[in-house]
Amino acid sequence: MSTTAPDPRPADALREGDSAPATPPSAGARSIGGFAGWVDDRTGAAKPVGYLMKKVFPDHWSFMLGEIAMYSMIICLVTGAFLTFWYVPSAGHTVYDGSYVPLRGVEMSEAYASTLHISFDIKGGLIIRQIHHWAALMFTVAVVVHMFRVFFTGAFRKPRELNWVIGSVLALLAIIEGFAGYSLPDDLLSGTGIRAMAGFVQTAPVIGSYLVYGIFGGPFPGEMIIPRLYSAHVLLIPAVLVGLFTAHIGLVALQKHTQFPGPGRTNDNVVGYPVMPVYAAKAGGFFFIVFGVIALISALVQINPIWGYGPYDPSPVTAGSQPDWYMGFADGALRLLPGWLEFTFFGFTLSLNIALGALVLLPLVYMVLGVYPFVERFVTGDDREHHLLDRPRNAPVRTGIGMAGITAYTVFMFAAGNDIMAIKLGMSINDITWFFRIGLFVLPPIVFWVTKRTCLALQRRDRDQVLHGRESGTIIRTPDGRFFERHDTELPEDQWILVQHEAVHPLELEAETDEHGVARPAARKDRFRAALSRFYFADAVNPVTPAELAAAHHHGHETEAIEAPAGAAEIESAETAGRH
Amino acid sequence: MNDQDTPTTGTEVARGDHGDAVRLDDGHVVGTGGLPDRFTNPGLPAHHHRMADVDEAAARRAEKQVATLFGISIVGTLAFIVLYFLLDVEQTVFIPGVGYTSATNAGLGVCLALSMLGIGLGAVHWAKTLMPDHEVVEERHPMRASDAERAEVVRVITEEGGSSQVMRRPLIKYTLGGALGLFAVPLVLQVGGSLGEMPKKSLSLTWWNGGPSGPGEEPTFSPMRLMKDPENVPIKAADVTIGSVYHVMPEGLLPDEETGEGGAEHLLEEKAKAAVLLMRLDPAQIKSQKELDWGYEGIVAYSKICTHVGCPVGLYEQQTHHLLCPCHQSTFDVTQDCKVIFGPAKRPLPQLKITVDDEGYLVSAQPFREAVGPSFWERG
Repeated sequence: MSTTAPDPRPADALREGDSAPATPPSAGARSIGGFAGWVDDRTGAAKPVGYLMKKVFPDHWSFMLGEIAMYSMIICLVTGAFLTFWYVPSAGHTVYDGSYVPLRGVEMSEAYASTLHISFDIKGGLIIRQIHHWAALMFTVAVVVHMFRVFFTGAFRKPRELNWVIGSVLALLAIIEGFAGYSLPDDLLSGTGIRAMAGFVQTAPVIGSYLVYGIFGGPFPGEMIIPRLYSAHVLLIPAVLVGLFTAHIGLVALQKHTQFPGPGRTNDNVVGYPVMPVYAAKAGGFFFIVFGVIALISALVQINPIWGYGPYDPSPVTAGSQPDWYMGFADGALRLLPGWLEFTFFGFTLSLNIALGALVLLPLVYMVLGVYPFVERFVTGDDREHHLLDRPRNAPVRTGIGMAGITAYTVFMFAAGNDIMAIKLGMSINDITWFFRIGLFVLPPIVFWVTKRTCLALQRRDRDQVLHGRESGTIIRTPDGRFFERHDTELPEDQWILVQHEAVHPLELEAETDEHGVARPAARKDRFRAALSRFYFADAVNPVTPAELAAAHHHGHETEAIEAPAGAAEIESAETAGRH
Repeated sequence: MNDQDTPTTGTEVARGDHGDAVRLDDGHVVGTGGLPDRFTNPGLPAHHHRMADVDEAAARRAEKQVATLFGISIVGTLAFIVLYFLLDVEQTVFIPGVGYTSATNAGLGVCLALSMLGIGLGAVHWAKTLMPDHEVVEERHPMRASDAERAEVVRVITEEGGSSQVMRRPLIKYTLGGALGLFAVPLVLQVGGSLGEMPKKSLSLTWWNGGPSGPGEEPTFSPMRLMKDPENVPIKAADVTIGSVYHVMPEGLLPDEETGEGGAEHLLEEKAKAAVLLMRLDPAQIKSQKELDWGYEGIVAYSKICTHVGCPVGLYEQQTHHLLCPCHQSTFDVTQDCKVIFGPAKRPLPQLKITVDDEGYLVSAQPFREAVGPSFWERG
């Protein structure tokens, strides 16, 4: 330390403006310094650790959605490791002799027997299994809602497009990981899910039958699928998941977190709390809250009671068989696709009624998601960095597109429950299916339109609020008997949020020929881009400018019943002066 | 900024078509001077002190609350340890609103939740009430490196990398490209080539073809009795009443009910293809002549494996003679040769031609004439 060095070099001296510590370091600080010094001597970690501890994170409730995803994933990793101590990933036959009486003496796979063993014979095994399943559900929900937040606030814009793509891959991996996981118990329900999966794969054009025999190591079900899913579930996918997640959060730290606009928050700063101590306490505490809430749910709400279904057998089936929620949209698509999408020609069969829903939809959804930032970048031609988030209303078309996408996804997802709805609502399953089939095409455009109009209306209300000024509630009477209400004319601090965003305009189309009359080669692309830009921004409502505010105060407001006369302020100040 | 402050406002605002008033939905009004295009950021709002910052009593109260929450966590953890040894894994407990549930699951879970929530809520409450709440401003810097640094990377790649002479020596360049392009082939081949048996004809065969139908098997047909699943007893045609439905497996597939011996070596794999539903209808209701011909006095047998993705078609509506697959709701009409009348499946369920043997038991007259179950490219 510089204070103890016999001959301080200039670099160790205090900088201008720094002040020496008022008191010598305490014993605690010395001991921490001693240990940290030992580590730093060998790693040089003081610099990066010091940087990280002082790093500032902005606060907003919606930033915790990604945290919930992260913590749920960690909980899955921990509880999953526990489960591997007892779970036997084998389709080998055994006869159950555990403590669950109704299944005693039943032939089943070792996988199912060991899952029953965890649930009934391992003390606390059931709570770990339930936490694992609930945390997986929480993980996938949090991932999706976190994506909503990032999408609707435009957090995916430059420089974060890469992280958005990584996030899309993570979201896809999360649901594949979930599918592999809930297929492992090898009970009747999960086996039926694997049966359907075999059916999907089998319909892949040209190579389907080879693919399904490859995956299952021979005819369905075989004895290979359980160990292979296990290997994918505990090793392959988690390795990629954790690797990409590390890159995901590393990029967040590197690029610094985005922040919502507000007084003092700009595109060039981050306003928030440092990691040490506030953020460490809040984020660290939040891990325990997420864990605690999942533990509470797992203690009180049963999930996937595998003992109720019996071992897998290709012949029986239970009504109401459904996948976990995150696979629902693909299952729903399978229920909606009509049979006439299967074609036969030259002795070959192409089953688009299955392939579209099971093999195309899943990657397609995540590809469209991953590509979106680049589409919007093409439309706006905006090459600047964006660290301030959009309020969703200030990007009406993007918000509309997002809501339309969510609507289509939701239609698919609810379609996966058409049988349950038919029973619970006492309706015809055919009618419900047709409602979803038509709704898939009709509802998204309606939702897009309603969302966009709602955003524009909210923007107009923002403008109205700014232009109108704040109602002071003070009615002033002029000497000649006229009345007017005083409006505060300075932009109050809390209205900054209403005017902070940038004005947007559709791109202007450049002349298609240059000054020599020669057609520009890029004209067609530009026309396309201009058309998209008009779609995005033609009816944009832009924020109030200072000039508009001044004009509004000058001219009064057309809809204002009592108009402020010219010289109102003079009268007012005269009145005030007279009162005192 | 009212008109007193800016006496020439009217001249600064471009006039639209609506007279002097600024319409709210009109987008930008362009200022021509004097006023900036945008409002300026007012800067961070004034800091408000919390109760605990100004009132030592409030701070002590917060301290006690945090300590209580941490205390709850300790109690939860200790209770977990006690319950772990106290409770028996088979004990159940009644919880209002939940019903009877595993005592260890509920007890250990709730204790774990208390243990976690105590720490979490305590830490967050501590941060919100007692830790400094002054917002800190950190500057951002553009993500991109400086031009010099970028140029240096390009230079190192082209010049230093170029000093390997890879561009000047095409022989090395192309053989390296070839070697790197090929080296993964053995690994992919090992995995891809050893995944498992390829299907051969097995997707088009079932046990009804005369026995084991796995890859490479060449079964020869002989009539087989239709056996009740899971009882594994043959079915007399006379016992099948109108409206009844039987789950059926071919003779020899299921092991003996008593001894557990015999049966198919690959039981589940054979069941997954051979499962059949047997129903008896009033022959007058059957609209397909082929269906009548392939049945016996209104007794008809159809594959139970859905032609969509292969779930068992498990739901039979006796009144409407509809078969419904519970997975994706494909609906088949048994009176119309199991034609698809609703849902995502395309093809009807394959019919198994049946007759009766000398003793009056139902037997198969021929194997399935087409592949059962989901479609695949070369099924024809």
